[in-house]
Amino acid sequence: MSSKRAEQLGRYKNITGWMFVTPALVLMGIFMIYPILWSLWMSFQTGKGVRTKFGGFDNIVRLANDPIFLKALFNTMTFLAIQVPIMIFLAIIMASLLNKSNLWARGWFRTAIFLPCVTSLVAYSILFKSMFGIDGVVNQTLMFIGIVDDPIGWLTDPFWAKTLIIISITWRWTGYNMIFYLSAMQNIDASIYEAARIDGISAWRRLISLTIPMMKPVILFTTVTSTIGTLQLFDEVNNLTQGGPSDSTLTLSLYIFNLTFKFMPSYGYAATVSYVIVFIVVILAFLQFRVSRDRK
Amino acid sequence: MMKNIFIRFSFADLFTYLFLAVMAFLSIFPFIWMVIGATNNSIDITKGKISFGDQLWVNIASFFEQVDVGLIFWNSSKITIITCVLTLGISSVAGYGFEVFRSKPRERLYTMVLLTLMIPFAALMIPLFISIAKAGLINTHAAIILPGLASAFIIFYFRQCTKAFPPELRDAAKVDGLKEWQIFLYIYLPVMKSTYAAAFIIVFMASWNNYLWPLIVLQSNELKTITLVISSLASAYYPDYGVVMVGTIFATIPTLAIFFLMQRQFVQGMLGAVK
Repeated sequence: MSSKRAEQLGRYKNITGWMFVTPALVLMGIFMIYPILWSLWMSFQTGKGVRTKFGGFDNIVRLANDPIFLKALFNTMTFLAIQVPIMIFLAIIMASLLNKSNLWARGWFRTAIFLPCVTSLVAYSILFKSMFGIDGVVNQTLMFIGIVDDPIGWLTDPFWAKTLIIISITWRWTGYNMIFYLSAMQNIDASIYEAARIDGISAWRRLISLTIPMMKPVILFTTVTSTIGTLQLFDEVNNLTQGGPSDSTLTLSLYIFNLTFKFMPSYGYAATVSYVIVFIVVILAFLQFRVSRDRK
Repeated sequence: MMKNIFIRFSFADLFTYLFLAVMAFLSIFPFIWMVIGATNNSIDITKGKISFGDQLWVNIASFFEQVDVGLIFWNSSKITIITCVLTLGISSVAGYGFEVFRSKPRERLYTMVLLTLMIPFAALMIPLFISIAKAGLINTHAAIILPGLASAFIIFYFRQCTKAFPPELRDAAKVDGLKEWQIFLYIYLPVMKSTYAAAFIIVFMASWNNYLWPLIVLQSNELKTITLVISSLASAYYPDYGVVMVGTIFATIPTLAIFFLMQRQFVQGMLGAVK
């Protein structure tokens, strides 16, 4: 009796289980799996508009010879390589300063530094655009303090436009990452610090040799999410600089958008560019997986 | 006593407060700038005037003149609320299902769900655009709502949080003769209120602030969302920054309100991923 009942119960549980997960799975199939496979197939098609034909690896050859693509790839990688480390460093410093329980106005500081996360990417890009004009409030302030003598061409000079994008993303996301570190730090046993303090280890050394090693998983996680986010950078560049001046802030996502919706659509080639992002993300995720497994 | 205070307030503390004060100021300044800007005219804003002006009503009037504010707000709210309700419904049911009814094939599918977290939107948008166009849904709000409904992240979030849902509650409900869907609706849902609140905030923020996909599928002005409207106001050749600032305030108020009303859940939602 018992085995038959167990079998019945098992089947019943199985059917109910499927009823719970099927709606979501069907939707994901339609709006995720199907499109991602379709764009893989598309990336082997060449031609413009509706006239397309199978082109094998033509698109990949085109990638390697496309100066605008190479520029977009270079820009995206520059943003990554400079912005992510600066932001994570700043976020760790701020979190460790805010982690002192006797800090005066701690809640206020935390809320203020977290506040940028509340704005939409479009809204803050617009605000930054209005602040970083040639006569804008930032240049006025910098000249008033005496850091620079002449106004900086934040929106007109290729180097400074890149810098502006980096400053903007850092402003928007540092507080977000800080929250992760702060919560990880609060889970670290306080007695470890107490012991280190009694042994006369300085605050800086405590941060470097105690806190950071213990927070490795969170740091890794935030690094990977930030990297994936930066790889998809679109809203900021489209609203702040439109990829300019002379493509100096063009990102891969903006290039895909332009290829698909601005110029005569060349879907196949745009799909190939999008798979470059997929490829980089997969490598990064694999690295994260390897590192976190090695730790265990 | 005096001596104690003196020693405590060291150079390191001074540095800490100075650093945090500067960082807090830099974090808040764009918000202050936004409010000041709304009271100035466009020329003063581009010249970096940092004092309140008398143009607030002029800017508001001109914003309402250029934009059908009620309609645009209705569009944004409608899309956001429908997205939130459906996404939370579908994804929480799935997250609960994956955790409570385990089987080998479902675990494999769950791994697939997690893998889709890596897919960048840029790689989906072209096929999605073509499919939506073929379905005749270009320039509709359905086109914005549909693709996001099954969110891998929200499914993952609910599965993680369901691990803390006591199995005794399920057992007791079963003894009382409740069906599975009743257990979900009458026991799980009320118990997991804070998880729903945090997930609601995640979806709300993403939906209200969504830009790229609505930009692709919406064409008529009367269907646009507030995020699209402020973007197009600001990308004019000579943007009227006073009006832009008013628009930005309007676009930011709902998310700011949610943040201040539900600060704890807000932070919890953000942290959800690492638990």
